[in-house]
Amino acid sequence: MIYNTIQAKEAPSNTKGAIHWLKENLFSSILNSILTIMAFYLLYMIIPPLINWMIIDATWSGSKEEITKDGARWIFIKEKFHHFVYGFYPEEFYYRPNLALVLTFLYIYIFRKTNNKNIRYFIFFSYPIIIYTLVAGGFGLEHIETHKWGGLLLTIVVATVGIIVSFPIGIILALGRASNMPIIRTLSTIYIEFFRGVPLITILFMSSVVLPLFFPSELEFDKLLRAIIGITLFQAAYIAEVVRGGLQAIPKGQYEAADSLNLPYWKSMGFVILPQALKISIPNIVGSFISLFKDTTLLLIIGLFDLLAMVGLTSTDSNWLGFETEGYVFVALVYWAFCFSMSRYAKTLEVKFNTDNK
Amino acid sequence: MNKDIDIIKFQNLNKWYGDFHVLKDINLNVKEGERVVICGPSGSGKSTTIRCVNHLEPFQEGQLFVNGLELTEDIKRIKEIRSYTGMVFQHFNLFPHLSILENLTLAPIWVSGTPKNQAIETAMHYLERVKIADQADKYPNQLSGGQQQRVAIARCLCNSPKIMLFDEPTSALDPEMIGEVLDVMVELVEDGITMICVTHEMGFAKQVADRVIFMDAGQIVEENEPKAFFENPESERLKLFLNQICHH
Ligand SMILES: Nc1ncnc2c1ncn2[C@@H]1O[C@H](COP(=O)(O)OP(=O)(O)O)[C@@H](O)[C@H]1O
Ligand SMILES: [Mg+2]
Repeated sequence: MIYNTIQAKEAPSNTKGAIHWLKENLFSSILNSILTIMAFYLLYMIIPPLINWMIIDATWSGSKEEITKDGARWIFIKEKFHHFVYGFYPEEFYYRPNLALVLTFLYIYIFRKTNNKNIRYFIFFSYPIIIYTLVAGGFGLEHIETHKWGGLLLTIVVATVGIIVSFPIGIILALGRASNMPIIRTLSTIYIEFFRGVPLITILFMSSVVLPLFFPSELEFDKLLRAIIGITLFQAAYIAEVVRGGLQAIPKGQYEAADSLNLPYWKSMGFVILPQALKISIPNIVGSFISLFKDTTLLLIIGLFDLLAMVGLTSTDSNWLGFETEGYVFVALVYWAFCFSMSRYAKTLEVKFNTDNK
Repeated sequence: MNKDIDIIKFQNLNKWYGDFHVLKDINLNVKEGERVVICGPSGSGKSTTIRCVNHLEPFQEGQLFVNGLELTEDIKRIKEIRSYTGMVFQHFNLFPHLSILENLTLAPIWVSGTPKNQAIETAMHYLERVKIADQADKYPNQLSGGQQQRVAIARCLCNSPKIMLFDEPTSALDPEMIGEVLDVMVELVEDGITMICVTHEMGFAKQVADRVIFMDAGQIVEENEPKAFFENPESERLKLFLNQICHH
């Protein structure tokens, strides 16, 4: 044998162990060590009791009278669940919003899978009508007045309509503010600065009190619709500012290239500038949508009962006095789940649109 | 093509940025099919001059005729003149969110209304010509600077311009990539497209230019055919300038 086979050496270990990592990251200096210890102490103080309360000592089933443990009494949530989800929507019609939700997912699925333009147009234009009819009634379906809508249903309706409608308005306003036509620029600026300078509560009050003044009194103007209009106009101003930030980040060369290729204004915006500006703005746009979602809780002020308001309302039930804590914790978890999913979705969008190192 | 027609005419053109007089009495005629190179120190107004031709920059005084049409502030007129011209920028200005092929077909499809498959065919033809057809589905940031600039040239050609304006097309490139871009430009000359090129690549100027123009401080100081321009410069400023760039 000419060649000696050499035994493969073990790769140099970079797992000098957890101890090394700890030293590098948590105990690199005295100050850092103190902070680490304090943080662990805090976690130790908070987490175990919380887990005890929420899970180990919690009452998950049975009736109110049989409660023996002193943890969370989730039976309250169970009992009032339908109120949290539907408000005072009549029970026999729960299937309608449920169907609307299922249809939404189905539509989104088809919309993404199909390449047929006509199907897409059909979905795009029929969707709002079908969903509205299902939830509100019409075409033979019994009308459910909007003051009966409530809970998560109301939150989702307001947030979704607000988000979908405010987005294009916001983009138009942003383009308006960046326009070189003085009148358009001034009007857009006034609009944006007005709505950004006024708290949402004021807008909601104004839309429920002032808006009706502009319409003939016999035309009864739905309270929920007024609230949605107010929220949408408010949100549009914020979207406009976010998009404007994105527009400003686009290099001048992109505009010049589009101009020298003779692209007309709307095409150069639509194909060249906006796709890039919106891509940069995704995190901020989603951030803005998340705050809109949370802001829907202000609907309480004008007498609409969203998810949060339902907790207050159901815990005044004389049979269930003193169960707010469970209610608020539950609602907080629901809000968190929604907002967290939105920000995760934004992350996947960012990755998807990233053409830098595709 | 008619070599006797002035396709671009600057007549006493003046331009200011605020108080700053950036172009002073520019008079310049370019014949159809002619290749003009503009050089001069940085800040002398070379970019501004060629950017006036497709109205990326407005001017305040004088007249500018492109293909027989006077360039005015009228949007329709500007669009018509832009439809004859293509511009290649120092920093390429490709659209980073579109693939190479989409960069090339965007204007033909959405400006001239060319059917999509025909636009793709034309685009592939020009990508072949700039020797980059195999990259058609990539995105600009995946290409080297030299490749991106060749794509930018092909993007202009897809709109069949009569006039190509180059603003220092090689000065943002690593030295080893300058050659591949200049080669593509030299080949363009055979198509008879009118070219105005701002560049300091004197080899390129000597090889292809019909005329070389020297600008300094917003003025055209000297112009001549390449041989005389480089061998017998008249003005002191040009002598100084040529000395500087040759010692690089
Ligand atoms: N938008 C602008 N506003 C003010 N001054 C400008 C602007 N663009 C260019 N300039 C000035 O005009 C002069 C000529 O610029 P430019 O044509 O880019 O020069 P060159 O291309 O020859 O280097 C420079 O002094 C530059 O600083
Ligand atoms: Mg320049």
